[in-house]
Amino acid sequence: MSETYYKRDDLNRFPEIGKNAPDLAAKFFDWYGAVFQDGALSAREKSLIALAVAHAVQCPYCIDAYSRDALEKGSDADQMTEAVHVAAAIRGGASLVHGMQMRGHVEKLSM
Amino acid sequence: MGRSLQTLGSPLAQPRRQLELLDEHTDASFQERLEVERLWPLNADTVDVLQLNVGRVCNQTCRHCHVDAGPDRREQMSHEVFEDCLDALERIPSIATVDITGGAPEMNPSFRWFVERCRSLGRHVMDRCNLTIIETKTHADLPEFLAGHQVEVVASLPHYRPLATDAQRGDGVFDKSLAALKKLNAVGYADDPALRLSLVTNPAGAFLPGDQAALEKEWKRELLRRYGIRFNSLFTITNMPIARFLDWLHDSDNLSDYMARLLGAFNPGAVSGVMCRSMLSVGYDGRLYDCDFNQMLELELSEGMPRHIRDLDADSVKQRAVRVHQHCFGCTAGLGSSCGGATV
Repeated sequence: MSETYYKRDDLNRFPEIGKNAPDLAAKFFDWYGAVFQDGALSAREKSLIALAVAHAVQCPYCIDAYSRDALEKGSDADQMTEAVHVAAAIRGGASLVHGMQMRGHVEKLSM
Repeated sequence: MGRSLQTLGSPLAQPRRQLELLDEHTDASFQERLEVERLWPLNADTVDVLQLNVGRVCNQTCRHCHVDAGPDRREQMSHEVFEDCLDALERIPSIATVDITGGAPEMNPSFRWFVERCRSLGRHVMDRCNLTIIETKTHADLPEFLAGHQVEVVASLPHYRPLATDAQRGDGVFDKSLAALKKLNAVGYADDPALRLSLVTNPAGAFLPGDQAALEKEWKRELLRRYGIRFNSLFTITNMPIARFLDWLHDSDNLSDYMARLLGAFNPGAVSGVMCRSMLSVGYDGRLYDCDFNQMLELELSEGMPRHIRDLDADSVKQRAVRVHQHCFGCTAGLGSSCGGATV
């Protein structure tokens, strides 16, 4: 086994995931490609969303891929940093808003 | 103000060292790749454009400059060589366009005289302008001059926001570029159909440019919305691993990955549209090359071709074999890249 769980080259080898389930992989990659085409949202906007989500799910492969992709789509570091803040705000806000559940329990249990 | 590789005494000021470094960091040869695709030999098709690099002198020292231009360079095209170019244009009427680049081409003392002569010969003239030159006292009347002679302006602007522009071209360049663009608009550029204003964007780093049509749409919207600026076309150009960009790639440990990126994005469909198939490049000393990139790497025209603009005839260079090296992967990556932007 490798020394680390994450290996940079695995990103380039991602298509090999289709070796034992080619039909499923083909469906995934076709759909994936279609998702990122220009549509009601531009490809640049989608790339920024992907970058933000990559940080929310903390996927180093996706952060690597979409840091480059966002630059290539014409975003700059200011815009990309703001996108990451959006992800962070939602993650932080998601924790905090659950505090209302905590408050509900506390109110029910307390005198 | 930064200094050129030449002034710094960098080994990468030497074209031979640049070619060696590209070989060391590239896993495939461009020629072999074309052979695999049955696209070799790569022959020119015609000569529609004569591109003159009129000197290495520039008021900027951009970090990605493949010319290694700057205020500390002294090489300039002489009046005599300009006259040789005019003679060639008179001999070869099929060359429709004269594309003038540098450095900052407007800093050459013969620039305006040459533009006037080209226009009197009925040629379309393009000025590859860095924009900030318009903000210097000695060139403040440039917009009126260019408009007066219906010169197409091809202006460099990496991004419609300041961050990438200043990172690549120097602090304060973005604000000066906007001021210059407003002056070009004020004399009719992008509003008068005879006055074309194209913008050029190079990535500010080790990545490829995005989709030209999509970026153009966004740039037009944002430059108009934010600053009231209009332009006709956006050209996306891939950074060539030559001179200062090569030096930066090497210093930042990006070179192997960047070359792998260019190789990985090799697009056989982009080969037929490479600019060397329809242009000829002239150095400040009159020497001939397939393109400005080959010029900077001192790869002169192939064996048996004329060496100097004064020896150029109408037919000999049309079907010539183009000289290639690993940097050519830059023109065939993704949607292709040329002086006129994407080629696919």
